[in-house]
Amino acid sequence: MTRLSSFTAGARDTLPMVIGAAPFGVIFGTLVAAGPLAAWQGQLMSLSVFAGSSQFIALGLVAGHAGLAVIWLTTLIVNLRHALYAATLLPHVAHLPARWRWTLGFFLTDETFAVMAGYYARHPRAPLGHWYFLGSCLSMYANWQLWTLVGLLFGAAFPQLQSLGLDFAMVATFIAIVVPQLASLPHFAAAVAAGVVAYLGQDIPYKLGLMAAVVAGVTVGMALRRWRAGGLKEEAA
Amino acid sequence: MTGTVLINTVMILGMAAVTVFVKAALFVLGDRVVFPPSLKQALGFVPVTVLTAIIVPMILSPNGQGLELTWRNPQLVGALAAVLVCVATGKQLLTIAVALGTFFAWQLGVLA
Repeated sequence: MTRLSSFTAGARDTLPMVIGAAPFGVIFGTLVAAGPLAAWQGQLMSLSVFAGSSQFIALGLVAGHAGLAVIWLTTLIVNLRHALYAATLLPHVAHLPARWRWTLGFFLTDETFAVMAGYYARHPRAPLGHWYFLGSCLSMYANWQLWTLVGLLFGAAFPQLQSLGLDFAMVATFIAIVVPQLASLPHFAAAVAAGVVAYLGQDIPYKLGLMAAVVAGVTVGMALRRWRAGGLKEEAA
Repeated sequence: MTGTVLINTVMILGMAAVTVFVKAALFVLGDRVVFPPSLKQALGFVPVTVLTAIIVPMILSPNGQGLELTWRNPQLVGALAAVLVCVATGKQLLTIAVALGTFFAWQLGVLA
């Protein structure tokens, strides 16, 4: 495994996500072109913020004349889940030079987190894992920039993009990553709890339903693990 | 720059600063962050919970209009195919390929 082959493998394994994100990039660009922001500002947002949900929400808030503080606070809340991703992946990147940690942090997305969670589950001590990580990051980034630009320039030409269902590529990939990790009862129960709460809370704004789902899932998983560990101790005693 | 353009540029750069902080702060702290063992254990549940939480609403109510527990929901049929293939074979690429094939066959063929 060389740096290049690791990098390319990361980009390759992210491909279904890249396809899934493409229509959202176009839709984002289209909304910018139709709204109060200048076209270059839409591209600037994709280049510098690089977090799809918060970009869409910001467009809505700008159109509704929200103040800067509201927009920034909303951005913080909507993107809070990334801190959880960083905490989860930290053991695999803590040893890297600071420039690597800044870079991988900046480029972190839902999709790359999913790919990396699957990768580190299969290769917990891969010495070139950060090149794989970078490959996943840069393919998502280049893709988001390209489709934002396409949306800005030609968005009006693709009115029916959302109905194609390309985002199902993301669903399929997430299933392929999650299912192998459900082998233990605590993990299985954690996923079920998270799914139920996410479904019930899907209309809660600012992705707070998602955060509630994670809290519920982790709590159930931890409780089951403690209960099982307690049971084992009693048997041993 | 007019006033509005300037304010919107400041808004975007502020969003970028907030987002970089949320995403990169823990990575940048690196070894200086030490999690207690129970928190490490809790973080071990994050991948399965967050990934499941993201996709379940996309599968069960793909149009955001209530539960669609029916064979006419291509997201649901495709997701069931993915779970079956993944449990049976454990092969990631095959899972994705079969799921996408089922989904588009359903959407373009069966339901069309």
